[in-house]
Amino acid sequence: MVAAVHLVRTSRRFGATLALDAIELEIAEGEFFGLLGPSGSGKTTCLRLIAGFDHPTSGHVEIFGQRCEDLPPYRRPVSTVFQDYALFPHMTVLDNVAYGLMVRGIGKAERYTAAREALALVKLAGFDARRPSELSGGQRQRVALARSLVTRPKVLLLDEPLGALDLKLREEMQVELKALQKRLGITFVFVTHDQGEALSMSDRIAVFDHGRVMQVGSPEAIYERPEVPFVADFVGGSNLIDGAGLGHAGVEPGRYSLRPEKIVLGRPAGDGAGDGAADGAIRAEGRIKAILYQGGQHRVTVALPAIELTVLVPAAEARGLTVGETLPVSWRPEDMHRMTGAA
Amino acid sequence: MRSDGAKAGLGLKLAAAGGLAFLHLPLLMILLYAFTTEEKSYQFPPPGLTLKWFAVAWARDDIWAALSISVQIGLVSTAVALLLGTLAAAAVARRRFFGRETISLLIILPIALPGIVTGIALRSAYSLADIPFSFWTIVLGHATFCVVVVYNNAVARLRRTSPFLIEASMDLGANGFQTLRHVLLPNLGTALLAGGMLAFALSFDEVIVTTFTAGQQTTLPIWMLSELVRPRQRPVTNVVAVFVIAVTFLPILVAYYLTRDGEQVGGAGK
Repeated sequence: MVAAVHLVRTSRRFGATLALDAIELEIAEGEFFGLLGPSGSGKTTCLRLIAGFDHPTSGHVEIFGQRCEDLPPYRRPVSTVFQDYALFPHMTVLDNVAYGLMVRGIGKAERYTAAREALALVKLAGFDARRPSELSGGQRQRVALARSLVTRPKVLLLDEPLGALDLKLREEMQVELKALQKRLGITFVFVTHDQGEALSMSDRIAVFDHGRVMQVGSPEAIYERPEVPFVADFVGGSNLIDGAGLGHAGVEPGRYSLRPEKIVLGRPAGDGAGDGAADGAIRAEGRIKAILYQGGQHRVTVALPAIELTVLVPAAEARGLTVGETLPVSWRPEDMHRMTGAA
Repeated sequence: MRSDGAKAGLGLKLAAAGGLAFLHLPLLMILLYAFTTEEKSYQFPPPGLTLKWFAVAWARDDIWAALSISVQIGLVSTAVALLLGTLAAAAVARRRFFGRETISLLIILPIALPGIVTGIALRSAYSLADIPFSFWTIVLGHATFCVVVVYNNAVARLRRTSPFLIEASMDLGANGFQTLRHVLLPNLGTALLAGGMLAFALSFDEVIVTTFTAGQQTTLPIWMLSELVRPRQRPVTNVVAVFVIAVTFLPILVAYYLTRDGEQVGGAGK
């Protein structure tokens, strides 16, 4: 099957900065695809190249197999939901949503009917006559969504779609966007710097750093099997361990990622039965260097003889811990994921 | 603050009232003497009131000629300013380039310079280039400061407008012309109208630059100046002055209301 979006060795240079470095990326039809990375990593540039607001310095973009060099944004079967929504301030909600149809010369009655349907789809029926300035942030975003969807794009591009919303609204919209995408069946490509958002919404994620794609995979793959230290660290945070330096007989040399929640702290080594540190576990003694309160859990820094580990401890189990105390530390060797990718 | 202000001394209130009176009483005088029966001196109180000067003014061809020239110059200067000011604003507000701040300053400078400097500079330039003084040399002179007000209005509006509006429009299927018509102009519209009205008002009562750049043309303000030194039919000048006040005051008032509403319109993107 031909990919919905295919970036073929696509580079984009801004002066001396290489914003995208020969990216190779295929996004399948119907996918909810996340572009994840810190600011300045090239993810937004990538989105703008697909939308057609910007052009590659080298390489090219294909949308459903069609090369896009000569296609202006309005000829591409894609639509963008902008970070600040970019609603037209001088138009009503209904005219905003109907805009894409109006410029295509579709009659008033027909385009308003379609616009009302799109507004109902994003649960904004009855807001027709409002102005964007009279809406809340969440409502504006829904209008922006409806405005894009009404043109029936094959690919919807979302630039930090939830960035401007508060936490509770963000969680609501995550669920809703996901449901909307399932229902419409079209490809969604969204940019985010929030790893939690990327993990919970995406079918697949591309992790960006310094203009390069570090890893592409399902949220599980990205989280459980990071290929490079950057991905391990950026997505969820991780302990990066040098196998040789660990000084444990069962561990081969190499670079490993060990998630902070996989480490068991405080149970005496050897009581084993049924908990995370069963037989075969790697055991050590560690001294607590710092405890950071984080609500539902505590982030504990433990110094082992050779390395320092960050451990996430559920609040209920963290009660007795004090800084300076020495405790048994253990984890299962299979939770240590060996990273094989090039740095 | 407000309760303090309410109590704030009688002295402050008197000073404020005095200041305002000083600014506006002379205008009332102008108005009053448009109706006086005494035509040779400004005698207070006027010995009698009459409407005959309006009829006299109406009948004088030199006034109509001056008015016509002033209106034409105002309209053409404003049109030039609208075109150039908008283009300059678009360039400066939407792109970052080397020398951007300098260009911005150079555009604004003519309004900060004393008119007499602009006037002398233009006059020397015209002479050096062997350009005969004409209607168009006045238009050019006026355009130098008319561009500024249009530019300032347009730049302020563009800065408050989301840069993504244009991209959003193109993204939704609009071509360049449709984007200009449906998104850009409606957003800039009131700012341009306000800028244009201010520009016209500035041009309409300009004296100094006009003096230096005019040949035989007599604009309305120039006509009034020349009339002041003549002792006869003085109230006619006042009638014209009242007319000028009305013509320049209304656009400024309208412009003020337009840009005030514009703040809501322009800021809505955020």
